[in-house]
Amino acid sequence: MKKIHVTTTVNGDSVEYLCDPRETLLDVLRDRLNLTGAKEGCGTGDCGACSVTVDDRLICSCLMLGVEAEGKKIATVEGMANGEQLHPLQKKFIEYAALQCGICTPGILMAAKSLLEKNPDPSETEVRYWLAGNLCRCTGYDKIIRAVMDTAADMREAS
Amino acid sequence: MQYHSPTCFEDAAALAAKATGVTRFLAGGTDVLVQLRADIVTPDSLIDIKAISGVRDISSATDGSWTIGVAVSGAEMKEHPELSQDWPGLVEAMDLIGSTQVQGRATLVGNLCNGSPAADSVPAMVAAGVEVSVTSAQGTRKVAAIDIPVGPGRTSLTQGEVVSAVHIPPRGPRGGDAYLRFIPRTEMDIAVVGCAINLALDTNGIITEARVSLGAVAPTVLLVSEAADAIIGSTLDDAALDKLAEAASAACNPISDKRGTVEFRIHVAGVLAKRAAKIAYARAQGENT
Repeated sequence: MKKIHVTTTVNGDSVEYLCDPRETLLDVLRDRLNLTGAKEGCGTGDCGACSVTVDDRLICSCLMLGVEAEGKKIATVEGMANGEQLHPLQKKFIEYAALQCGICTPGILMAAKSLLEKNPDPSETEVRYWLAGNLCRCTGYDKIIRAVMDTAADMREAS
Repeated sequence: MQYHSPTCFEDAAALAAKATGVTRFLAGGTDVLVQLRADIVTPDSLIDIKAISGVRDISSATDGSWTIGVAVSGAEMKEHPELSQDWPGLVEAMDLIGSTQVQGRATLVGNLCNGSPAADSVPAMVAAGVEVSVTSAQGTRKVAAIDIPVGPGRTSLTQGEVVSAVHIPPRGPRGGDAYLRFIPRTEMDIAVVGCAINLALDTNGIITEARVSLGAVAPTVLLVSEAADAIIGSTLDDAALDKLAEAASAACNPISDKRGTVEFRIHVAGVLAKRAAKIAYARAQGENT
């Protein structure tokens, strides 16, 4: 199978790779670019563990091909912290213990970040609906929702 | 699998025409990639139509009609205030599909051509009287959205044909539409029954035009003219609503499956028709519901 050359941007860095057209963006991120933050839960767009943004739009990287990334701007959980400085959502997730096994956490962080960029003052209902495509089998969601709500409040105060 | 990324629909159609084996067009990929990954459909040729100019555009013409590019996502439709104002039912139907992540990629044409009888946006498109452009070597023709799906997973499109645009008619004065579906949970599920209603009123609030469409109650989405006739000429009084529900239920030819029985689907079709009609009527009167 002929591999296709792709040039794209991941977390601000220009990246090139060769990939088989059947490979998903998730495969490329994990296996070619060694960015293993995005997880494969279901591989069918149901669980959200592979959530990343492409041109600032939240998507499941398992439902996009690596070849489709040509010329795009991709952001993954690896780009969320600024060096050692964690993103406010990351700090709050630790403070609230809004995770147990952690498999869903990178996807939920990316989804929550995307929400707060669009809507800095979401209602609890809006947070729950926005995150409906991110499954967590450990926490029962309550701590996650409270962490996101509290981060939003802190970020509003800080801005 | 050969991956193609043509830059015009004529080239996309030509690629499809000469392709051997299984061909799939790729826009949002939320069905195509799931089928690919699950080994349900492994295309020999995958034709990505997103490099074609205009496929991400939402545009309105001077007559009030809308053209939606074939790669416009549900999220982009929802974020378009004027489109949402004109066609809230169509936008809300599209918005019900999948999660935030799926909304970032899923498209109207993908939902239509996937051929699911339970596709949420399809009853809304049928009620709205949407047409799609179909491009092939013979040129481009317009086809009513209802004529695209012919059975579960099957469309009327032939090899070498590609849907190249979605056309929504002008909203016109005193019109409104609505879509409701029943699912056993509140989010992230497939319609057990879906119902879209689009109607227009005269200045006295009498319904002059109506289109009623049902999803998930037959092998394809239905346009139920008897249900529309039940409310045309009325002000959506209780008697008209009862006749509407009766006609909607009578049109159903559903299956029983794990999500609902035949009897349940027939009953719920009538209930949803009543509720959707009330919302569409209120919107036609200028209420923001």
